[in-house]
Amino acid sequence: MSEPTVVTVGAGMFADAVAGQAVGVERVDWRPPMPGTEAHLATVATDPRRPEANRRAVEAMLGVTAHLVDVAPASEVLGLEPGQFLHAGPPIEWDRTSGPLRGALMGGAALEGLVDDPEDAVALFESGSSVSLEPCHHRSAVGPMAGVVTPSMWMWVLEDRATGRRTYCSLNEGLGKVLRYGAYGPEVLTRLRWMSDVLGPLLQAAVRGTAEATDVTGVLTQMLQMGDEAHNRNRAGTLMLLRDLAPAMVGSGFDAGDVAEALRFVGGNDHFFLNLAMPACKLALDAARDIPGSTMVVAMARNGTDFGIQVSGTGDEWFTGPAQVAEGLFLGDYGPDDANADIGDSAITETAGIGGFAMATAPAIVRLVGGSVPDALATTRRMHEITLAENPRWTVPVLEFQGTPTGIDVSRVCRTGILPQINTGMAGRVAGVGQVGAGLVTPPAEIFPKALAALASRSAVVQPPS
Amino acid sequence: MTTDHVELRSGAYADSVTLLQVSRAVQSAPGVVAAQVAMATGLNLEVLEGMGFAVPDSSPNDMVVALRLDDDAEVATALAAVDAALVPTRPSSGDTSVAPPRTTASALRGGAPDSLVLVSVPGASATVEAMDALEAGHDVMIFSDNVPVAEEVALKHYAASRGALVMGPDCGTAVIDGVGLGFANAVRPGRIGIVAASGTGCQQLLALLHHAGATLEGVGVRHALGVGGRDLSSAVGGISTREALRRLDADTDVDLVLVVSKPPAPEVAEALGRDAEALDTPVELGLLGRGQRDLTAVAEAVLARLGHDAPDWPVVGTDNIGAATGPLLRGLFVGGTLCDESMLMATEALGPIRSNIPLSDDLSLGDDLSADTHTMVDFGDDALTQGRAHPMIDPTLRNEQLARAAADPTTGVILLDLVLGHGAEPDPAAMLAPAISAARAHRPIPVIVSLVGTDLDPQGLAAQRDALVAAGAEVHLSNAAATRRALDLIGAFQ
Repeated sequence: MSEPTVVTVGAGMFADAVAGQAVGVERVDWRPPMPGTEAHLATVATDPRRPEANRRAVEAMLGVTAHLVDVAPASEVLGLEPGQFLHAGPPIEWDRTSGPLRGALMGGAALEGLVDDPEDAVALFESGSSVSLEPCHHRSAVGPMAGVVTPSMWMWVLEDRATGRRTYCSLNEGLGKVLRYGAYGPEVLTRLRWMSDVLGPLLQAAVRGTAEATDVTGVLTQMLQMGDEAHNRNRAGTLMLLRDLAPAMVGSGFDAGDVAEALRFVGGNDHFFLNLAMPACKLALDAARDIPGSTMVVAMARNGTDFGIQVSGTGDEWFTGPAQVAEGLFLGDYGPDDANADIGDSAITETAGIGGFAMATAPAIVRLVGGSVPDALATTRRMHEITLAENPRWTVPVLEFQGTPTGIDVSRVCRTGILPQINTGMAGRVAGVGQVGAGLVTPPAEIFPKALAALASRSAVVQPPS
Repeated sequence: MTTDHVELRSGAYADSVTLLQVSRAVQSAPGVVAAQVAMATGLNLEVLEGMGFAVPDSSPNDMVVALRLDDDAEVATALAAVDAALVPTRPSSGDTSVAPPRTTASALRGGAPDSLVLVSVPGASATVEAMDALEAGHDVMIFSDNVPVAEEVALKHYAASRGALVMGPDCGTAVIDGVGLGFANAVRPGRIGIVAASGTGCQQLLALLHHAGATLEGVGVRHALGVGGRDLSSAVGGISTREALRRLDADTDVDLVLVVSKPPAPEVAEALGRDAEALDTPVELGLLGRGQRDLTAVAEAVLARLGHDAPDWPVVGTDNIGAATGPLLRGLFVGGTLCDESMLMATEALGPIRSNIPLSDDLSLGDDLSADTHTMVDFGDDALTQGRAHPMIDPTLRNEQLARAAADPTTGVILLDLVLGHGAEPDPAAMLAPAISAARAHRPIPVIVSLVGTDLDPQGLAAQRDALVAAGAEVHLSNAAATRRALDLIGAFQ
C-alpha cells in the first residue's frame, strides 16, 4: 500500500486529524439528502444491478449518432390521423391544459380544418369526441414549448444508423407570435401553411438531394465550441445546417423565389436548429431506456401544467409535479404574472447534457437571469455533481474541454438536492399571447424522490452470503 | 395620466440580453410606468406597438428608448437611468473558485487512484457514500454506526467482487502505513499487522505494543485494518476479515498478523481459524470470549512469538486507592471492546454483570442504565449514540452516570476507560478529572481508569495520566490489569 490520500465525507474532525498527520485530504461538502430519501437511497445504492446498468445506459446513449435522413408530414412518418394531436410533456387532459397548450391545440385544430375559427375548437376539445391528445414522447417525437403536432405538419426525421431507430420533431416557426408559444392568430396559421406547402417539401428535396446526410450529433459538437448551448442559443447550428442544405435547396428545381424566402426564413431564425438538437438528444437518450436497475433520467418534459421525468429503470412511467415559472427577463411590459408555467419537450437537451448543463460554453445565456460568466461556469460544474459521466464528443473549451455533464442520476439529485438547470423560453399564460420572455427554471424537487421510490421498489434483493 | 417619450439612437448597439436587463432596470426607476429599450427589429417594434408606443421610422440598427412616465416625472431623470443602465458593467471580482465536491463519487473523479475514503456521515447515509468509493475501486473505512446489517452485507459482497476492502461500519480505528484514521493512536512503525473487528480493542493493542516497543527491538505496527464490530457475526461472516488477512499476508513488510475481535460467532471464528492456518504469514488470534485470553494476554503472546518477555504494564496513582466503599462494581466505558473484556473477566470473578451490551440477553439493562447489581455500560453503543456524538467526543452522558454511581451507597468501585489518539478530544482528562474529583468528594470511592494511549498521541499520555491521578484515580495502561485491580477490591469488600 502506498501512502494514501484520504477522501473524507462526514465529520470535519476526522479530516482535520488526517490533515494534521501531513496527509493530503479531500473533503466532501456533504449535506443531508432530500427529506425522507435515506432508506430508498441505500436500497438503490446496493441494488447489485445498478453500477453495470448505469454504465450500460451511459454507453448506449453516447454510442448514438443522429443523422438527418428525411423531412416528411407527420401523417406519413408518425401515422397521425385527423383529430390526433401530439403535445409536449407528460400526458394531460384538456381540462387541465394551460393557456399556451390550449392556444396551440386550438390553432392546430384550425390548421387541420377541424374548425374554421380557432375559438370554435374549445367546444371541440371539451367534447372530447373525435379528438385525442398524446405526448410527443409516446411517438418517438419531441416538440418545443407546446409541442403541438398535427398530421399536416412536416417533421424532421433523424436516424441512428446502427440500429435504425428514428426520432422526429416539427420545423421551427421562429420567435414571437408562434403556435408553439400558444399564439393562433391568422398570421400564425398563414406561416404554418407556408411551412407545410413550401418549406417542408423544399427541405425534403434538399435532405434527399444531399449526398452526405447531416450528422446532427456532429453539428452539436461544433456548436458547443461556437457559443451555442443548443437550447436557448442555436445560432451557429442554424448556420451550419444552412451551409449543408443550401446547395441542394438551390438545386432542387423549386421556384427561386420560394428558395430565397426559405433561406431567409431559416437564416433569420436563430432557433431553427433547436428542432434538430432536440430529436438528436432524444435519439441518444432513447437508447438508454428500459435498463433494469438504471437510475438515469431519459426524459424531462413539461406540458405547461406538469413537469415529468422518465427514468431508464422504470420504463414508461412518468413522475410528475407542478411545472414552475421560469426566472428571467420579459419582453415588453410583460412580467412574471403574465408567464405560464414551464412548458415544452426541449428539456430533452438538458437531459442529454447540453442546454443549461452546457451553460459554461454559452455565457451569454446566463445573463437572462442577471448572472455572470463565473455563474455559467459554476452551473456546468454543478451539473457534474448530479450526472453519471462526461460526454467525450461534446466538450466545453473554457472548462479545458471537459465533456458535458451526461446522464442525470436520480440518486445524485436526491442526495445533493441539486436540481437540473434548464434554459427555457416563457410562454404567455393566456392562450393566444405567444412568447413573453426567456429564462432559467428547474424541475419541481419532489419528482426525484418519487422516481427514487419507484426504483427502490423495483430493486433487486441482495443475495445473502453463501 | 402618463406621457410617452420615444427616441431613436442610431449607431448605438447592445445585445438583446443586455437591453432586456436595461429595460428592467429602467422600469424600476422612480416615475417610470413602462420602459422598453431595444434594437428596432421587426419583432421589437411589434412589442413596442403592443405596448402602445408610437415609434418613428427606423432601421434595425437603431436603438429605441421608449419610456412611459407619470405626469410629474422628469424625462431627464428617466433618461439618466437609461444611460446608467447602459454603461457596461462587469462583476468586479467574479468568484472563479471551484465549489467542493458534494458526493464521494464526485470527489473521486480524477483523484489519486489509491485514495482511501473515510465515511463518517450519519448511518442512514453512510452506505450510499461507501458505495461511491467501492464503485470507483477504492477501499473505504466507515466510521458511521447505525448502518443496517443488510446494507453492511451488501457493501461487503460488492467489495469482495471487486477486491476492495470495507473497514466498518462502526469501524472506529485504522492505521495505514502509520497514518491514523478515525480514533487511532500514533504509533512507532514495525512489522506487525493487525486486523480488528473492534475499535478500542485495536487501540488497546496499539497502546500496549507501542509501550513494549519502547524497549524491545522490532516491535511496532505497520497496518491496523479495522473491519467493523459485526464482521465476525453470522450475518456478515467475516468477509472483510478475510480480505484484510489476504492484504496483510501479501505484504512482505508484515511478519506477524494479529486478529482482535469482540466475541465472534462460533462458526465464523472456526472458519477464520482455518483461513488463518492457510496463510504464509503466522496469525495470532485474539478473539474475546468466555474462557479466552484478555487483550493484554494477547499482546503478551504476540511479544512471545517475537521472542520477547512482556514488560511490566504501567500503573500510576496506586496510593490514591483505599478499600472498596460498597459491594458493587460499576463500569462506565466509552470503548465497547474494553467493556466486553472487563465484563468477561468480572463474570468469572463476580458472576453475572448487567449491561446495555450484556453477555446474554437476560442481563440487559433498562433505559435508565442502572440496576442493584454489578453493572457495566458501553456509552459508545449504537443505541446511545443515536442523535448524539460518540462519548469520546461528548462525555456528558457518561459523566451523568458517573455522578449517579457515586451517589449510590452500594457502589464499591468505579471502573472507567479513557482513550487518546487522533480524532479524540484534545484534552479529554480535563472533562473526566473534575467528574472523578466530584465522585470522590463525599467518600473515597476507588476509581480505576484504563488510559489507552501512547506517548506520541497528540494529547500527550503523561499529561493526561497525571491529571487523572491528581483527581484521585489509579491509572493503568492495560484494561485487563485495571479490571483485575477493581475485582480484587470488590472481592476484598466485607
